[in-house]
Amino acid sequence: MSGPNTNYDPVEVSALDPAAVEQNVTDALTAIVAATSLDELKAARIAHAGEKSPLALANREIGALPPSAKAEAGKRVGQARGRVNQALASRQAELEAERDERILVEEAMDLTMRPDRRPFGHRHPLTLTAERMADVMVGMGWEVAEGPGVEAEWLNFDALNFDKDHPARQMQDTFFVDPADAGVVLRTHTSPVQARSLLERGAPLYVAVPGKTYRTDELDATHTPVFHQMEGLAIDEGLTMAHLKGTLDRLASALFGEGLTTRLRPSFFPFTEPSAEMDFQCFVCRGEDQNCRTCGGTGWIEWGGCGMVNHNVLRACGIDPERYQGFAFGMGVERSLMFRNHLADMREIIEGDLRFNAQFGMEI
Amino acid sequence: MRVPLDWLREYAEVPVGTPGTQVAADLVRVGLEEEGLHGGDVKGPLVVGRVLEVTPEKQKNGKTINWCQVDVGDANGTGEPQGIVCGAHNFGAGDLVPVILPGGVLPGNFEISARKTYGHVSAGMICSSLELGLGDDHDGIIVLTDWLGAGADGLEPGQDAIPLLGLDRETVEVNVTPDRGYCFSLRGIAREYSHSTGAAYRDPALVRVVDGQERALTAPGATPDGFGIELRDESPIEGNDGCDRFVTRIVRGIDPQAPTPAWMATRLTEAGMRPISLAVDISNYVMLALGQPTHAYDLHKLDGPIVVRRARAGEKLTTLDDVERTLDPEDLLITDGGETVLGLAGVMGGASSEISDSTTDVLIEAAHFDPRTVARTSRRHKLTSEASKRFERGVDPELAPQAAQLIVELMTELGGGTADPAVTDAGQVSTPEPIAFDPTMPTRYVGVDYSTDRVREILETIGCTVVDGTATDGTDDQATGDAAASDGILTVTPPSWRPDLTGGPDLVEEVARIDGYDKIPSVLPSAPGGRGLTHAQRVRRTVAAALAGQGLDEVLTYPFVSDARFDDLGLAAEDPRRHALRVANPLSDEAPLMRTELLQTLPDTLRRNLGRGAKDVALFELDSVTLPDLARKAPVPGVGVKPDDAVLEEIRAAVPHQPWHVAMIATGHAERPGWWGQGRAADVTDMVGWAHAVCDALGVSVERRQTERAPFHPGRCVELTLSDGTTVGWAGELHPKAVKALGVPERTVAAELDLDVLIAASDRRAQGAPLSNHPPAGSDIALTVPSSVRFADVAESVRAGAGELLESVHLFDVYRGDQIGEDQQSLAFHLVFRAPDRTLKTEEVNAARDAAVARAAKDHGAVQR
Repeated sequence: MSGPNTNYDPVEVSALDPAAVEQNVTDALTAIVAATSLDELKAARIAHAGEKSPLALANREIGALPPSAKAEAGKRVGQARGRVNQALASRQAELEAERDERILVEEAMDLTMRPDRRPFGHRHPLTLTAERMADVMVGMGWEVAEGPGVEAEWLNFDALNFDKDHPARQMQDTFFVDPADAGVVLRTHTSPVQARSLLERGAPLYVAVPGKTYRTDELDATHTPVFHQMEGLAIDEGLTMAHLKGTLDRLASALFGEGLTTRLRPSFFPFTEPSAEMDFQCFVCRGEDQNCRTCGGTGWIEWGGCGMVNHNVLRACGIDPERYQGFAFGMGVERSLMFRNHLADMREIIEGDLRFNAQFGMEI
Repeated sequence: MRVPLDWLREYAEVPVGTPGTQVAADLVRVGLEEEGLHGGDVKGPLVVGRVLEVTPEKQKNGKTINWCQVDVGDANGTGEPQGIVCGAHNFGAGDLVPVILPGGVLPGNFEISARKTYGHVSAGMICSSLELGLGDDHDGIIVLTDWLGAGADGLEPGQDAIPLLGLDRETVEVNVTPDRGYCFSLRGIAREYSHSTGAAYRDPALVRVVDGQERALTAPGATPDGFGIELRDESPIEGNDGCDRFVTRIVRGIDPQAPTPAWMATRLTEAGMRPISLAVDISNYVMLALGQPTHAYDLHKLDGPIVVRRARAGEKLTTLDDVERTLDPEDLLITDGGETVLGLAGVMGGASSEISDSTTDVLIEAAHFDPRTVARTSRRHKLTSEASKRFERGVDPELAPQAAQLIVELMTELGGGTADPAVTDAGQVSTPEPIAFDPTMPTRYVGVDYSTDRVREILETIGCTVVDGTATDGTDDQATGDAAASDGILTVTPPSWRPDLTGGPDLVEEVARIDGYDKIPSVLPSAPGGRGLTHAQRVRRTVAAALAGQGLDEVLTYPFVSDARFDDLGLAAEDPRRHALRVANPLSDEAPLMRTELLQTLPDTLRRNLGRGAKDVALFELDSVTLPDLARKAPVPGVGVKPDDAVLEEIRAAVPHQPWHVAMIATGHAERPGWWGQGRAADVTDMVGWAHAVCDALGVSVERRQTERAPFHPGRCVELTLSDGTTVGWAGELHPKAVKALGVPERTVAAELDLDVLIAASDRRAQGAPLSNHPPAGSDIALTVPSSVRFADVAESVRAGAGELLESVHLFDVYRGDQIGEDQQSLAFHLVFRAPDRTLKTEEVNAARDAAVARAAKDHGAVQR
């Protein structure tokens, strides 16, 4: 520690007088605390920490002191300026924080109304339904196959064992391509893709076929001349109707609700033998409400047709029916959508009204 | 097929009290789908009432109602008269009427309760035929003495009116699939009911019940003096004679005035046929009972013999429906003496030999016709009859003599005639082919363990003959026969009424359905594992999701268009898009063509939305379009055989090209105004941007070429191409003329892209490259070029001149005006440079920028401002 500066002349260096320095600090701190805005603080900074401030002036006078006094005076003024700068910085931070908060309050917006600035688009629920159905099949290890909507008559009928004189062929209400003997039709079902797939890929084969189909029905609440089906075809060794039922049960439960099953009823289709109509269990009442409006109290909802692939279909496609056998099924996508998503009128599916799509998300 | 339960009970032992719903369910189980249930839906108390008093009361609404007191005996529990308000006026005090009391239910599940109306408590309802489901007369209530005639004698108030009015009679309507022709008869339905329930079955082709007594239905054999029949089919279709059996019987001395008995008329009505006259009704009755269509001729209008032959070219016939038809050489005819055409075999008779109300002697025809011949004639003449429906599905060939016998018996019993002993039975029917059947096949196909005994039992139940071994054994080759027998193979001969049973799988279905489809277990097969969706399938989903994300709505439209639509769109006469596939039998003659672009139908959906009040509409559709090339005919080689490769190729080649497209159309705001600020109308830049969004979503870069193409504005249309020049599609604003013709708003914008091109272009693995971590350096240039120079061409020069360091070029401003020359434009580009390996020096950036300007100056005379 150094001893007292005996050469110190308090008159000549009054600005460096400890009391004066302390007074300057007090004045500065008072002004800093009194500043209520960043502008006021800026003024206080200039007045008390600027180049012309008393402390800055005092600092300059240190140089005039005898060396023995310099150190002490320097220390005193340095500490004083440090206290002032610290106070400035801390007040600066306080005021900035206050300002930032105030700005956030001022900038607040009312966001309680949806800002529907850009129109929101939608997928069509029918294509979404078809995709969902196909995805369930893909999940079972099947692939998705496709074919043309304008199709060869042979592939639409004969390859599928629809003899040209068989009443079933007449019941299909077919659109024929002009001239009527062109041998080309608008496909009446997705089933020609069965033949195409078997011809191109052979067996074993597990394919699902969603697609657009055509029949000469006028549009009304339950019919449309252009509609969609999803077909399934599995050809392998040892496949049975039990496998058909297992596949349908899985598809029904994936689409309509866990635990739901299907029911098979004997029927006839040229391309299957044995053949069956299939119903899925009513997902609303599960057969427990005789007044159920969804299923009409029967507990079952008609879904489509199915069966074991007719040997003539296999033969027409070059598959040996002694070795391979399998099943096929087909159901309406519109019907599946209507039941699953509670639609009453088929026309809404084709009208393209934006309000229809808007009822559904991008995932249904 | 309508099945009156009362009639069904005659052939199958339906347990007493079985409701129609149960019978329907039993039939569904074996494959006869329920189409409806008729009758049986009135629940009592519905009783006979005697009207005691009728007090007319005029109402404020101008109507007069009757306040009636009706004696319903003890049916109301009190014996006091019942007070009922009735609006009808066709009855008076003393009349007997049907009264439904509170608690009763009318068709349509309409429950009756006492209710206050017109100032009275009306406790029930006096019923009209409409209300009871007995007719369509709503105006008058049923007065029982008129309705029942003599049947109303001795009726007492309070008596149950349900059986009195036949309201307890139920009819089940089922759908018969095309393979089950025999189920177009009560005989077949009763057989199936028996298969389903095990109920005892009585074959009406073999046994009649008369006055409660069973009596064999025995047809006499053919006699040499039968009516002359010649079966002269000189051109059978596919080797099958058009007619292989023709039975005739003659009944003389019928009373033409003899009425049809009420029981028969009721059955016919319930089965959906109108009673006409005794002879016709008997024919219809036998057809419904047995499934054998027959025809009755006035014997005196025939010269004979009856000749069955194919038509000659140009021959004509006026059928019973009064239509003159020009016959086809494939049509099979019934002729008198070979010349006079009597009818189209198995389809419909002609007017000339029809029985009339003076016919006393008739010739009855019960024949068996080839299904294919009948189907073709029916289809060719668009003529479907009860007979053709049955013949084309296959009629039991053994039925003809039995059906004729039943007709003879009914005609003699009911019409007072006498049967001739002379009988004709011409032709030779083929017997069912035996099927070699492995009894393990049902188990292998169905997944249910059926024992051989069970298989055998079921096949015998449905009428098959089952023997061990193969049928030809013993006669041909003893050794083979033994081997087959030891393998357990069965020889199954189907019954005559099941021509649909021709192979193993048919028998498998019989076993499965009779045993019950409900016994089939649920087993998930293990597919070998697939490869997921194809690239094309994934692309279509991605594009749809991208466009929906851009604010467009996916829609589906019908593909049918007209030539007029091509005019609306302004397609030139030689535009290949006018070459559309034509539908031979369109739903509407106004839209017989298949669209060649999606934009041909999309505007209709836009317009529909606007018509329903939407303002901002942006739509897209993904679908295939049809582009027919040369008209080629596809061969149709028939069922069950794989065509050779050349024929298959011809079949495939005749199917027109059907590429997938995506189209968009939009009008209204791209950004709406609102509390957030200003909006902005969707314009052509949005549409071009959306077209790019499709390509970007697939990672395909495309170039733009200003072009002119219908239906677009000639100055506002761009063609998008791949880098190799392949056209992807077009985007632009619709031509003002197209806007007007289509009735869509001005400035509507649209695009159509060939998705197949994008699918192919995106079907590759995109390769990543390392990203530069060095900072970018920006530089702006303004180039003055003639207004005729395209932005993209200037940008391309800039890019070429700037060299490899250039990362991006952005046109941020275009100026045309006083500060530069007329026909000039100033394009302001922001260039961003970046090197992969270093921070660029200012001199490097400047040099690259100057090179860019120099190249633009060289290519386009560009001057830097």
